[in-house]
Amino acid sequence: MSKPIIATTSLAGCFGCHMAILDIDARILQLIDLVEFNKSPIDDIKTFTKECDIGIIEGGCCNSENIHVLKEFRKHCKILISLGECAIMGGLPALRNGIDVKECIEEAYLKGPTVGRNTERILPNDEELPMILDKVYPCHEIVKIDYYLPGCPPKADLIWAAVVALVTGDELNIPYELVKFD
Amino acid sequence: MKEKIISIVEAHGSDASRLMDILLNVQSTFGHVSAEAVSLLATMLRISEVDVVQTLSFYHFFSTTAVGKYAVYMNNSVVSCMMGMKDVVDEFEKQTGVKFGNTTADGKIGLYYTACIGMNDQEPAALINGIVFNELNRQKVRDIVAGMKVGIPVQDMIAHYGDGNNANPLMKSMVHNNIRKTGAVVLSDYTLGIGIAKALTSDAKSVIKEMKESNLRGRGGAGFPTGMKWDFCSRESGVHYIICNADEGEPGTFKDRVLLTERAYMLFEGMTIGGFAIGAAEGILYLRHEYTYMKAYLENVLKDMRIKNFLGNNILGRGYNFDIRIQMGAGAYVCGEESALIESAEGKRGEPRNRPPFPVQKGYKGKPTVVNNVETFCSATRIIEKGAAWYNTLGTSESAGTKLLSISGDCKFPGVYEIEWGMSINAMLEMVGAENVQAVQVAGPSGICLPPNQFHRKIALEDLPTGGSMIVIGQQRDILKDVVLNFMEFFADESCGSCVTCRSFNMILRNAIEKVVAGHAIKKDVENMQAWSEILRKTTRCGLGQTSSNPISTTIKNFPELYDARVKDVDYQSDFDMEKSVKASCEVVGRSSEVHELAKVNIN
Repeated sequence: MSKPIIATTSLAGCFGCHMAILDIDARILQLIDLVEFNKSPIDDIKTFTKECDIGIIEGGCCNSENIHVLKEFRKHCKILISLGECAIMGGLPALRNGIDVKECIEEAYLKGPTVGRNTERILPNDEELPMILDKVYPCHEIVKIDYYLPGCPPKADLIWAAVVALVTGDELNIPYELVKFD
Repeated sequence: MKEKIISIVEAHGSDASRLMDILLNVQSTFGHVSAEAVSLLATMLRISEVDVVQTLSFYHFFSTTAVGKYAVYMNNSVVSCMMGMKDVVDEFEKQTGVKFGNTTADGKIGLYYTACIGMNDQEPAALINGIVFNELNRQKVRDIVAGMKVGIPVQDMIAHYGDGNNANPLMKSMVHNNIRKTGAVVLSDYTLGIGIAKALTSDAKSVIKEMKESNLRGRGGAGFPTGMKWDFCSRESGVHYIICNADEGEPGTFKDRVLLTERAYMLFEGMTIGGFAIGAAEGILYLRHEYTYMKAYLENVLKDMRIKNFLGNNILGRGYNFDIRIQMGAGAYVCGEESALIESAEGKRGEPRNRPPFPVQKGYKGKPTVVNNVETFCSATRIIEKGAAWYNTLGTSESAGTKLLSISGDCKFPGVYEIEWGMSINAMLEMVGAENVQAVQVAGPSGICLPPNQFHRKIALEDLPTGGSMIVIGQQRDILKDVVLNFMEFFADESCGSCVTCRSFNMILRNAIEKVVAGHAIKKDVENMQAWSEILRKTTRCGLGQTSSNPISTTIKNFPELYDARVKDVDYQSDFDMEKSVKASCEVVGRSSEVHELAKVNIN
């Protein structure tokens, strides 16, 4: 049997969850024995070249491109995992939820103290740019999500335990310490 | 303004624990409590402005902006909607030219919604400047608004007074009692003073013993044995208090309204007996704001009882001193919970306390306190008068005595009925003239929605416990939309916000049932609603959160077909709408709709 294929992406996240994946340290050598990577920042494959078994999503959806990528993942992956607070609940970016999107954009590009000299008062509106959503959405509100791994970021041991259990079919055994945050 | 506020504060002894009364006074004097007033109150009461604001912001009938010279509070609870609230609302909006939630430009008329005002047997009803307007229709609304426009005082708009004490010169209310059935305990003939004379000629221990033997259980809904409560409290040392919970807020309940109107003496006598039993010198009647129209009458009853020496010093020459003051609420359902009520009576936000310690140990001002419902105290008066053995001949083996029911909704004879515990729902429906009944909401929103195949069940603490609210729901009603959604909106509004799960899950469940009603829900949503209801029930401090998911959980259980008919049997469904969600940002940055449409094609 061929190795299971994993894809990963970071949507409206900070790449911290991907850093946490790398935190498995030397186990990465075991990992590449167990699985193959397809579309992912880890191997820099930009578009799906194969149908995948597991898709790991970091970050929620704050713009139209995030939605597009997430839907692509759902299309190409058998199992989707929301990895970390932002994917699960919107996280830090969702702090803007509840604030009018107009106010957010004006603060970011016109009024904010770090804006600098935007003397022409330009708001980014190039066709190439993704469109900003009215709020930040958690992934499960856009597509079906099969599993959730909590944390900000989730601990490497948690990611490791979950991925290995999924790939090997062994029982998932998560010690309380791995999902205890206070 | 300053002078008036100073005199209000001084009239309350500059006591911060009387903040509720002070704010109510300021609110009614100025039509709102301004920032300036807050700052002045804080200085005078020697508390911080935040302390004033936290109480001010908690209650429905306080406002920081002017509510209008005529403030209309329209009841939008289930039965009001059933009885035609929509037309009344429409007529108010038409005649005033403003939508509900607003005040007319001249500041004359403000229109607001409020939760059940205890008039379910005479809906649609509204409070206008604290005065009840019942059985409203389009014509009445036209007359009322016409009167407002020419400045007629609200009191003068009342055409006919109601029956009994509603017509008392101090009440002058158009409320009807609608007493449909009198029973042996609270609504039978009553003579002031028999119970109290009997109690005072025996001793506190004997009174408690009699109460315990009567097996009377609390009539507010929880059914805690009254004698036991009095016993626990009497064993504590120091100053004791007795409080009557007249914060009748459970939608559909209005029986205490009738007792307060027709049995005020009996209630105060019961409180005095209770005070004597536990060793209290001070009693408080916590009266819900919606019943402000009774206050002058009740004050006069207290005055009369003092004159007759049933209250005050050396009552009936037996050396017992006891008096009662009336504490007004300001509109908060959660204050029906006894520890929240105590907080509120102390001038604070009505947030329930952690227990233990229980109020009988540490209650009002940290002292041992008994809190009982209006009907409980009235029953106590009768029990002391006629004896525990007599009382036990009424009702069932586990629920002694009678119960007042407030029955409303789709029936011919809505009103107050005093029944013996043990009556079946079928018998009750026959009694009230209800046909083609789809369901009965037993014990209000926090109770259960009962289907016809359970109508054989008995109204009793051991089977169908109730504080008295019974809403009959006819076949023509859409239970999920007309009843469940309305109830969940109520709970989402009324959660005090202290427990995280109560604050958030009531809102989430409200949104979930709205989704079901709109036909957008899938099976998983209903499963989630069940799971979340369970979490909410288990993780909240007081009865509100522990029961607020009942409208959903009992209808999922008893009326699964209503959900099946509206819920899609698919694995997953997203409610996300790309077009809608990017609209605002595209407008802000000036992106054309063509680009947006193009992007949409790409994405899908």
